[in-house]
Amino acid sequence: MSTHPRPAHPSLAVTAWRSLPQALAKLDPRHVFRSPVMFVVWVGSALTTAISVVTPSVFAISVTVWLWATILFANLAEAIAEGRGKAQADTLRRTRTQTVARRLTASGSEEEVAGTELRVGDRVVVEAGQVIPGDGDIVEGVATVDESAITGESAPVIREAGGDRCAVTGGTTVLSDRIVVQVTAKPGETFIDRMIALVEGASRQKTPNEIALGILLAALTIIFLLAVIALQPQAIYSGDRLSLVVLVALLVCLIPTTIGALLSAIGIAGMDRLVQRNVLAMSGRAVEAAGDVNTLLLDKTGTITFGNRRASDVYPVHDAGRDELLAAAQVASFADETPEGRSIVEYAAAEGISGPLADRTALVRAGATFVPFTAQTRMSGLDLADGTQIRKGAGSAVAAWVAAEGGTPPHDLQALVDGVSGQGATPLVVASRAPGQAPRTLGVVQLKDVVKPGMAERLAQLRAMGIRTVMITGDNPLTAKAIAAEAGVDDYLAEATPEDKMALIKAEQSGGRLVAMTGDGTNDAPALAQADVGVAMNTGTSAAKEAGNMVDLDSDPTKLIDIVAIGKQLLITRGALTTFSIANDVAKYFAIIPAMFVAVYPGLQALNIMRLASPASAMLSAVIFNALVILALVPLALRGVRYRPMSASAMLNRNLLIYGLGGIVAPFVGIKLIDLLVSLLPGLV
Amino acid sequence: MTPALAGVLSVLCVVVILVVIHVPLGSWIHRVFTSEHHTRAERAVYRLVGVDPDGEQRWTTYAVSVLAFSGASILLLFGFLLGQGFLPWSQGRSMNVDTALNTAVSFVTNTNWQSYAGEAGTGYLVQAAGLTVQNFLSAAVGLAVAIAVVRALARQDSDRIGNFWVDVTRGTLRILLPLAVLAAVALVAGGVVQNLIEPTTITTIGGGQQVLQGGLVASQESIKELGTNGGGFFNANSAHPFENPNGWTNLLEVVLLLAISSALPYTYGLMVKDRRQGFALAGAMGVLMVGAMALLTWSEVAGGSLEGKEQRFGTAWSAIFASATTGTSTGAVSAMHESLQPLSGGVALLNMMLGELSPGGVGTGLYSMLVMVVLTVFIAGLMVGRTPELLGKTIGRREVTLVSLALLITPTLVLVGTGIALVNPVSLDAMSTAGPHGLSEMLYAFTSAANNNGSAFAGLSADQPFLNLALATCMLLGRFVPIVAVLAFAGGVARQGRRPATAGTMPTSTASFAGFLVVIILIVAGLTYFPSLALGSIAEALS
Repeated sequence: MSTHPRPAHPSLAVTAWRSLPQALAKLDPRHVFRSPVMFVVWVGSALTTAISVVTPSVFAISVTVWLWATILFANLAEAIAEGRGKAQADTLRRTRTQTVARRLTASGSEEEVAGTELRVGDRVVVEAGQVIPGDGDIVEGVATVDESAITGESAPVIREAGGDRCAVTGGTTVLSDRIVVQVTAKPGETFIDRMIALVEGASRQKTPNEIALGILLAALTIIFLLAVIALQPQAIYSGDRLSLVVLVALLVCLIPTTIGALLSAIGIAGMDRLVQRNVLAMSGRAVEAAGDVNTLLLDKTGTITFGNRRASDVYPVHDAGRDELLAAAQVASFADETPEGRSIVEYAAAEGISGPLADRTALVRAGATFVPFTAQTRMSGLDLADGTQIRKGAGSAVAAWVAAEGGTPPHDLQALVDGVSGQGATPLVVASRAPGQAPRTLGVVQLKDVVKPGMAERLAQLRAMGIRTVMITGDNPLTAKAIAAEAGVDDYLAEATPEDKMALIKAEQSGGRLVAMTGDGTNDAPALAQADVGVAMNTGTSAAKEAGNMVDLDSDPTKLIDIVAIGKQLLITRGALTTFSIANDVAKYFAIIPAMFVAVYPGLQALNIMRLASPASAMLSAVIFNALVILALVPLALRGVRYRPMSASAMLNRNLLIYGLGGIVAPFVGIKLIDLLVSLLPGLV
Repeated sequence: MTPALAGVLSVLCVVVILVVIHVPLGSWIHRVFTSEHHTRAERAVYRLVGVDPDGEQRWTTYAVSVLAFSGASILLLFGFLLGQGFLPWSQGRSMNVDTALNTAVSFVTNTNWQSYAGEAGTGYLVQAAGLTVQNFLSAAVGLAVAIAVVRALARQDSDRIGNFWVDVTRGTLRILLPLAVLAAVALVAGGVVQNLIEPTTITTIGGGQQVLQGGLVASQESIKELGTNGGGFFNANSAHPFENPNGWTNLLEVVLLLAISSALPYTYGLMVKDRRQGFALAGAMGVLMVGAMALLTWSEVAGGSLEGKEQRFGTAWSAIFASATTGTSTGAVSAMHESLQPLSGGVALLNMMLGELSPGGVGTGLYSMLVMVVLTVFIAGLMVGRTPELLGKTIGRREVTLVSLALLITPTLVLVGTGIALVNPVSLDAMSTAGPHGLSEMLYAFTSAANNNGSAFAGLSADQPFLNLALATCMLLGRFVPIVAVLAFAGGVARQGRRPATAGTMPTSTASFAGFLVVIILIVAGLTYFPSLALGSIAEALS
């Protein structure tokens, strides 16, 4: 299915500029209160503002300005992240215009009611050109529906009563025919409503890891608050009463403002990255769970393989040539419009078969006639103008034809046929008969469910990440085993019924593993609900969509792998910025502590390893660095830390190096550079 | 041999001995706490207390048992100290109410801070039947809590974490008592006194009169080190020739106070059925311990001052003892910490500020380290893109909250306590000097109390109601808040199932994890205490 990608986000600078009013509005303490870290900064800023008014000094005013900037930058990060979703929500909202529904009454007559008055169980009639008033299942009729409002996919899809394609979404448009829809969602709780709430972040609830991290950040804030409060009596004892501005500056530099400022933006951006890939997660919890997944259940068809059998090799019998067999197979398939038939033609062409026999048009012009497949002959092929007959079909059918026309199947044919079957592939036998002679069997074409290119590498990556993959297929065990081996999945479930799937999920979960799966049918619903991450296909039934905790609007089961990556990326970004934030404190101490006490203990100048110009410039530089680093990390918070599949220990080493060591070194450089500028500020003592 | 080489070899000697004994000792502790068998003596104890030794407890019951046992111990010891004047072998000793309370709390919390002078405040009976008993029991309580936490990590889907009464009885009778007896015999052989003679007055060479006191010293000395207690029989503690007569006894005492805490990571590895987990912890502890020991020894050797040191031990061994005693929450001293070089004093302080986990007190070292492990797992775990987990246990909201609580309490007590004491004229009077050294004295007292170490910078005259009560509060909260927090943590993880380890699981047994653990420990302590250290030891060192 081809999709129109969602419109790319406008550039960051533009979004930032547009989000500025919102960021300013968020300076309201009631908003800031939600993040303990930023609330402490807010209180500190209010204090220094008061001091700057009462006893103004260049230092106090500069610190105050940069403290407010710190909060503003934090708000900006959040506003930008939310702003991206808002644009998307507006587009969605336009489709949710007030529709008039034609509700069927008990007596069978129609009445017109507002779409918002529909209740679950109501039946409504929708005809070509009308917008479907609410989510529901088609109970009568078949129609083509334009779902571009939700999926961005412009090609209409067919929806029909009964089966797995009966679900329709409110806000989509019927293009042809008439259907009766039974409403399955209350107004205000429809798919589009939920989608709007999700992309806007209105219904965003903190995820478990985010809550735990929030507690840790609060604990660190308390420790630093105590350290700073306890510093004053120690300073007084040492003969140097510290000014409140200095204490506030120290406190703000120490508490984990960087991660505190970016935490909510990271969460919103993580959800947004899913929306960008046309996946709607019903909760942030599901996104996190995706990162934790141990076992992926992958449907064979559509995920691992293309889902139709394709020619993948040919095996000539002992007295035939490979090219002869390929040419004959190609000719015999010219009339075959099935995907298998086309794949044979493509395969032969790719193998370099050319010449007069490879030109379909020329053959037809010369008077060749097609022999279509019938249930009686179970063969198809072509009769050339000179009377040569070329046939392909199932082994037994072709053998019967050869025998009936006086030929003898070669002794090695059966071995070839069995060999192909044994690999889980389908053998097709090709034979030809020159005029006046007995038919001659040429060999076997192997039709195989082809594993998507690159799939083996992706599955290997998953294994490196510690994720076990299980292929789910309705095929027989032999075929399933062959495909599983070729694709490189860790395990497979052949001839799978929904019950088998459910049992597999429960077995994995009882071993402490988290399971992710995709599904679309109503009978997938229990398994989707049981799985820790259940991705329902948008083409699926309402029951499936209701049961899963994510919906893929593109209905592309391969995306499960991307979803796992996004979940991991979300957690990594949080962890990396937390590490960075804490590591930054080392340099800030070396800037501020000597600056604070060098007056009483001149020896502490030795700790001023950055050789900052003056105590005031040192403290101000640390505060400015602290604010600017938030701004500098906004793109990273929104984009997420780059994620490449690798083992956990390799990833830990890599991120420790970048964000741990980098977090220690970066502020030494940054504060020094800022100090070079700040020391030029006149009047800073 | 140069002093520097001697220092290196001395540190190496301690490390080699610990490496050799930690495996058999750790295995033995593991056997003791996993055995199904109750000895006859133990059964008698259980009958006396009225507990069913085969019935395990929920974490809440376990915690209540710890608190009740310790609370009763405090009351009993408090009464004993106040009433010693009415008891035999008390040599007429007595204590103020606030001193008695401070002492009772101090010995029950395994701190063994002594605001009184050892031999002047307590007679033979109280020393032997009151203080020495608590030397055993307080160490056994710490050990029991650590074992309960590890047991919980090793379990799954269980609401029980063990039986406190069984753990504390086995720890006392099967581990501490036999080892202490062996050690006491060795100490007596080395020259430590063990008698009940009346104090003897002698005439010194200089012609002055000196009262020489005897007592059951060796028996108290052995458990004082082994149980990381540190409360000396004599005021001079392990610097007194009757407690620590020569170099060999000094080495033995250093090894004794490090022995159990160093062996517990091995026990941990055995209990969670992955010895590498234990090695990672032992590695992290070892790096911190050797680092501090080397730094302190270097600082003293380079400083070259012999003030406050015993000639019997020399500079290097005095430094090693100082580092070992502050890194293990023991608090025994064989040199005056007041007289250490400023940098050495800072290292001794930092050793305690790390939270007593290098390798820490008996039991407390292991659970304090596990608290830091959980914190490290949480931060590092997020960085590999999974909900953080330790041994397959998810580190979620509950775990982080409890670990934060355990982490928060000691800095709170130290910083708030020091802050108040530095502006309170009453406590300022107790200080012997002004300036950065004076600040270090006060900071040291509160750090030592809140971390249950018990060693003192000695310059502080701490026997006054304000400091006695303030420090008692620090000892009490610094001991029991973390205990309740880690037991609650244990209750949670025991209930959890176990997630299987895959390539996507962050390993907690690798060198890089242990390295990150060390960095996190240093950064957390460093960030909390750097300003205080800057105004104390660092300012003193740089002036």
